Amino acid sequence: MPGYSQNNIFFKWQRTVVRFYLDGFRAMTVGKALWKIILIKLFVMFAILKLFFFSDYLHTNFSTDQQRSDHVLEQITLQSKIQAVEDKK
Amino acid sequence: MNQIDLGMVDWARAQFALTAMYHWIFVPLTLGLSFLCAFYESLYVRTGKEAWKKIAKFWMTLFGINFAIGVATGIILEFEFGTNWSNYSWMVGDIFGAPLAVEGIVAFFLEATFFAVMFFGWNRVSKGFHLFSTWMVAIGSNLSALWILVANGWMQHPVGMIFNPDTARFEMQNFWEVLFSPVAIAKFTHTTSSSFIVGSLFVITVASWYLLKGRNTEMAKKSILVAAVFGLLSTAYAGLTGDESAYVNASTQPMKLAAYEGLYNGKAKADLVAIGILKGQKAPDDDTDPFLFDIKIPGLLSLLANRDAGSFVPGIKDLVYGNAQEKIVGVKAKMERGRMAVADLAAYKNARKSGDKAGSAMALQKFGVNQDYLGYGYFSQPEESIPPVKLTFYSFHLMVTLGCLFTLFFVVFLYLAYKNSLERHRGLLRLGVVSFFLGLLASQAGWVVAEAGRQPWVIQNYLPVHIGTSNIAAGNVQATFFMFLGLFTLLLLAEVKIMLKQINIGPEEV
Repeated sequence: MPGYSQNNIFFKWQRTVVRFYLDGFRAMTVGKALWKIILIKLFVMFAILKLFFFSDYLHTNFSTDQQRSDHVLEQITLQSKIQAVEDKK
Repeated sequence: MNQIDLGMVDWARAQFALTAMYHWIFVPLTLGLSFLCAFYESLYVRTGKEAWKKIAKFWMTLFGINFAIGVATGIILEFEFGTNWSNYSWMVGDIFGAPLAVEGIVAFFLEATFFAVMFFGWNRVSKGFHLFSTWMVAIGSNLSALWILVANGWMQHPVGMIFNPDTARFEMQNFWEVLFSPVAIAKFTHTTSSSFIVGSLFVITVASWYLLKGRNTEMAKKSILVAAVFGLLSTAYAGLTGDESAYVNASTQPMKLAAYEGLYNGKAKADLVAIGILKGQKAPDDDTDPFLFDIKIPGLLSLLANRDAGSFVPGIKDLVYGNAQEKIVGVKAKMERGRMAVADLAAYKNARKSGDKAGSAMALQKFGVNQDYLGYGYFSQPEESIPPVKLTFYSFHLMVTLGCLFTLFFVVFLYLAYKNSLERHRGLLRLGVVSFFLGLLASQAGWVVAEAGRQPWVIQNYLPVHIGTSNIAAGNVQATFFMFLGLFTLLLLAEVKIMLKQINIGPEEV
């Protein structure tokens, strides 16, 4: 890239930041176990729970915002919703 | 499926409560301990003494463990919004978008950036910049909480918005009104101040254990001294903000106030219940004494609620059935207007669908007259507007009692730490060891008051809980409820195990 050399101030700054993080991670003692927990937790949350059990109801069942609005409007004006509570009593 | 599954509503509520309560084990400790780390490091920078540096690094390690385990547990709540609470989630999307976006930016830039410097930057950046980073982590963590609490405050007192019947969404009209809503301010200040108490108690718990074991005694005493000062100031602050919360509740959520005081029949010069045991059964209109036993402080409730010891405080009966003398409109009258609002909204929807412009304009005009009562239209009986009184009452009194005891606790610890005689009071140190768990209990009880006390509303006056849910089967929610129970329990066990290991190692190895 023209004008982008290892002497470039931005490049030096980037290298310092990367080294700062790498050295920090290497020097961690408790942190290694914590990182394992964080990664497992995030995997369970996003790759399992979110993907298989927590689909967004409106985004899964409707393709446009107009359809979503219509559905919610239908839901909040539905007499059967109110009736369900009365029936239970 | 057009009919609501009430079993699903209960499971969705249970799941949300479970997730929020687990999440709230990690959060108050993060909020409180972050400031204590900043205090310890400030003392190091100011005095130049290595002992303070060691103390700061030790508490930072425990802070880091808690932060790492707790981080992102709140995201699960957002999953639940989309899956279990889609009607609610759609309706509030425009209001919550702005505060949560600001929260994301603040969290990213303040926490993520300075967090690395706080942990990796010892001896690699200047003392001053490191201290600045630690303070930024503390301020950033607490500011993150602000935006979530603004969103929560809006649900309890919806302001700065209009309801758009075309999109079925609440739309923000005034960001500043939402941000500076009295409920949001009271909620933020009370939540953070109580979290400072929890953080202080955590330090005292660990330090008391060291003193009982005769280990790291100098570090433990120094830690306690700072934590006791911070804890004492925080209890005073939490008392003031708690008073403000009750004052705000009196005007915005009078039913919640009546529930946590067990006040069925409103009165002028209303008494504050200091200690009370509620009777097993109580109908809101049976005019019997709700208490088996109570000790009351005359006139104090009126003073706290309205800043006037002679003023009238409405009870549950007044709010449900109305009180003409005090000009209180009962729920039955509000239900009639609410049902008209629901019917007019349905008429507007149908007229718009069929292209009837005159019909839709008329329905919209009629809806506008009653829309502030929309939520009452979903009730079948006025008594549905009553929150769970016993749960709210006992949670409130547990929180207040523990809060008062913490004040005394911090005074005693501060005095003995100042006199350098803590080690001679082993009974007190044993109490110190359990104090963090009492702090967590009080903090959880506070949230029970806030959330159980606002039932049956998910958005006050506009949307009851059972209308906010998705049309999904209860079985789906049940399955994920137990998954979360398992996941969060594992996380908690992991935190406890790593935390105990680190405490056992002590500050020497940090």
